[in-house]
Amino acid sequence: MAGPHSSGVFQATAQVMSASDVTRAIRRMAHEILERNSGCADIVIVGLQTGGVGLAERLVDDINEIEGAEVPLGSLDATMHRDDFDLRPITSEAATTIPVDPTGKIVVLVDDVLYTGRTVRAALDAIHSYGRPKAIQLAVMVDRGHRELPIRPDFVGKNLPTRRAEMVDVNIGGVDLGEIS
Amino acid sequence: MKPLRHLLSMDDLDRDDIDYLLDLTERYVEVSERKIPRIPALRGKTVALVFFEDSTRTRVSFATAAGRLSADTLGFDVGRSSVNKGESLRDTIETISAMGIHCMVLRHHGAGAPWRVREWTDASIVNGGDGRNQHPTQALADLFTARRHLGDLNGKRVAIVGDVKNSRVARSNAIGFSKMGAEVIFVAPRTLLPASLEGWPVSVTHNLDEVIETIDVCYLLRMQLERHNGAAVPTLREFHHEFGLTAARADRLRDDALIMHPGPMNRGVEIAGVVADRPNAVITEQVANGVAVRMAVLFVLIGSRLDLVEEQSAVA
Repeated sequence: MAGPHSSGVFQATAQVMSASDVTRAIRRMAHEILERNSGCADIVIVGLQTGGVGLAERLVDDINEIEGAEVPLGSLDATMHRDDFDLRPITSEAATTIPVDPTGKIVVLVDDVLYTGRTVRAALDAIHSYGRPKAIQLAVMVDRGHRELPIRPDFVGKNLPTRRAEMVDVNIGGVDLGEIS
Repeated sequence: MKPLRHLLSMDDLDRDDIDYLLDLTERYVEVSERKIPRIPALRGKTVALVFFEDSTRTRVSFATAAGRLSADTLGFDVGRSSVNKGESLRDTIETISAMGIHCMVLRHHGAGAPWRVREWTDASIVNGGDGRNQHPTQALADLFTARRHLGDLNGKRVAIVGDVKNSRVARSNAIGFSKMGAEVIFVAPRTLLPASLEGWPVSVTHNLDEVIETIDVCYLLRMQLERHNGAAVPTLREFHHEFGLTAARADRLRDDALIMHPGPMNRGVEIAGVVADRPNAVITEQVANGVAVRMAVLFVLIGSRLDLVEEQSAVA
């Protein structure tokens, strides 16, 4: 049975964002986050393992540069809070580090691709085991649709309509659309 | 690791399985440090704690582990049960099983009891200690603690000292440490060693002073006075002098050597009171790590579909 986590080779069919498109989108999202929250006081940026961690680092770099600030950066592995955790491999490298008590803070979760929304739901659960944030916002590089839960992003790099059979890969060279074969 | 239905003995695990369980334990240590240390991994599952023999730490440790994974627990102490009215072990097990449980943690004074019990229930069995035979989750907690301090255990020298004869902890740890590539040495008087050690992956000495300077782990066993039916040692004082970790002996340990003990300690018998409080004594860590290791065991037995998990994960 080919489950959602089955292995296969990703074959890119089209590049939908170039590396510089991604860089500009991160810059724009950094500005949007600052605009929405009137600066970066109380903000904590948390990248979701594994795809959101690199993006979160770049987002924090931009925010710090724009504001001349030191915004706390964390990472979160929500696997253990997923509704299909029993079928997931346990990756011991995917660490969770929440650098400050999130209670009373604005936590911005960062992920590469927003799809069904189940990872984000698990992350909402997981973050609450560290404290009670004042607000949680969501930043994603690609929103590919097909949500299965009432979850929407606050900051989006690109809205990308896809078919379910397609795959989206955010990598160092940009964003590719393709299929697993 | 391979799918696992029961954990009865350290013999059930190979090195890869142990590494997997210890890596998973690392994750559960992180969960345990959270403000709200609870994940939904075993929601809807019931773990029965069936204890026919006294235990504080093992029982509380399993109950805490099950709670942190959101499982329900059902406690069963022989002191308060119908066993005192003459109910047989089999009837007792079948009664508990009928309540719809997924896992049974069993402690029993009879060596081999979990192997029989496994035939009378559909639940996964964890051996929480059977007589003088096995106590695998204690060994896993000890391996985890040692690995955290010493790194790779391959080639390390581990002395297991004292009442080996009566100790299931000694048996489980000897198997566990040797599977991880460590060299295990039993240190005990002849009267506190089993009649035969044939097939055991250990060497034996009757002289602690001979090895004290070259070991990486000094693992002291509890003197199990309740299991002694003859005079195994002339006096406890003499035992302490010959085989106890005195302050003078502890001074001769290498600086990075660990002092371990499964608890509860008889201070002044197998270990001098002041030695147990030294910085390289990791005895309370063994207890704390015991919770996370038991979370890992419970999750692997009844929470994970290891038969369906694939190692590689596709892109989002």
